[in-house]
Amino acid sequence: MTSRKVEISVGFFVALGIAALIFLALKVASAGVSGSGETYTVYAKFDNIGGLKVRSSVKVGGVVIGRVETIHLDPEDYAPVATLAIDKQYDNFPDTSSLSILTSGLLGEQYLGLEPGFIDETVTILSNGDYIEDTKSALVLEELIGQFLFSQGSDD
Amino acid sequence: MDWIQQLGRQTLDSFSAVGRATYLLIGALFGGRPNLVKAFPLFIKQIYVVGVLSLVIILVSGLFIGMVLALQGYTVLIDYGAEDSLGPMVSLALLRELGPVVTALLFAGRAGSALTAEIGLMKATEQLTSLEMMAVDPLRRVVAPRFWAGVVSMPLLALLFSSVGILGGHLVGVEWLGVDHGSFWSIMQASVDFTDDILNGVIKSFVFALVVTWIALFRGYDAIPTSEGISRATTQTVVQASLAVLGLDFVLTALMFGN
Repeated sequence: MTSRKVEISVGFFVALGIAALIFLALKVASAGVSGSGETYTVYAKFDNIGGLKVRSSVKVGGVVIGRVETIHLDPEDYAPVATLAIDKQYDNFPDTSSLSILTSGLLGEQYLGLEPGFIDETVTILSNGDYIEDTKSALVLEELIGQFLFSQGSDD
Repeated sequence: MDWIQQLGRQTLDSFSAVGRATYLLIGALFGGRPNLVKAFPLFIKQIYVVGVLSLVIILVSGLFIGMVLALQGYTVLIDYGAEDSLGPMVSLALLRELGPVVTALLFAGRAGSALTAEIGLMKATEQLTSLEMMAVDPLRRVVAPRFWAGVVSMPLLALLFSSVGILGGHLVGVEWLGVDHGSFWSIMQASVDFTDDILNGVIKSFVFALVVTWIALFRGYDAIPTSEGISRATTQTVVQASLAVLGLDFVLTALMFGN
C-alpha cells in the first residue's frame, strides 16, 4: 500500500515537472506559436542596417508579419543583405513596397517597417526569392550629428 | 621538511579521493548488467525521497524569490519608466541563473546531506558489508538508484522553481504593483527564447544534478564509519557541492551566454 502511495506521488511530481516545462515553453517563451506557420523568403539590400539583428521582427503598421532570418554582406558590393521570412498568409505585397529600419521607442530595439506600395499593371507581387528594391537604412546617430555639424559649418 | 610532507600527503589524498569517486561512479553506472525489473521500484522510491519530499521547500523558495525579484526590480525600473520590462527581467533571471543555481544549492542542503548521512550510516552499521556478503553489489543496489533519482529530479525541480517564481513575480508585479498584465507577458514572450534560455537552464541544472548527487553519494560512501566521521561527511557534502555548483555555474554561463 505504501509503495502505491509513493508511486502516485512520484507520478504527480513528474507530471508537475512536465507541466512546468510546457508552461515555460508556451506561456513564457511562446515557442512554436510564432514562426510555426509557412513562410516565404524575400531579400532586402541596405546601405547600413544599424542595430538590426537576426530574429528582429518585420511589421506592417505595427503588426508582426515575419522575422529577419539571416544577415550577411553581399560579396560584390559589400552591402548588408537581410533575408526576411514572411508569413505565407501575407503574400500579396507589390514589389513597389518600401522597407525601412525603425526603432521602437526612444531606446527600444530596431525592427523593419514594411510600407505596402501602389499596384498597377506593371507591378508584380513579391514572391519567394525576390528583392525589395526600395529600402531606407537605419538612422545612425553619429552620422546625423556629423551632418548637422557639417551643415552648421557651411552656413557661416 | 614537515610541511613539505604535509603538502605531499594532502595532494596524494585528494588525488586518491578523485580516483575513488570515479571508481564509485563507474561501478554504479556500468558495473554489471542492469536488471530493470528489480531496479525500477528502487529508483521510484528514491525519486520520492529525493524529489517529491524536496518539492515544498523548492516551491516556497521559488515563489518568494520571484516575488522579491519583482519588488526590487520594480523600484529601480519605475525610475526609468521601464516597469513594463519587469516580466523579462524576472523570467530571464530565474530561467538562466536563479532557477538552476538556487535549486541546486537547496537540493544539496535538503537531499544531498540526507543521502550522505544515510549511506554513511549504512556503512557505519556495516549494512553495506552485509550486502557484499550476500553477493549484492552495494554500488548497484544502493548508489545507482539514488544517483539516477537525483539526476532526474533536479531538472524537474528547477523547472518548477522557475515557473513558480515567474508566477510569484506576476503576483507582485501585476496584482500588487499594477504593471500592465498584457505587457508583462508579451514583452516576456518577446525576449525569452526557448532554446537559448529555457533549454540552457535545463542543461545547467542537469550538470548541477550530476555533480551534487555524485559528491553526496561519494562523501557518504567514503565516510569514516563513526558518528563524527558521518557528521563531517555531511558538512563536506553541503560545502563542496555548493562551491562546485557556484564554480560550474560561472563556467557554464561563460560558455552559454559569454559571447
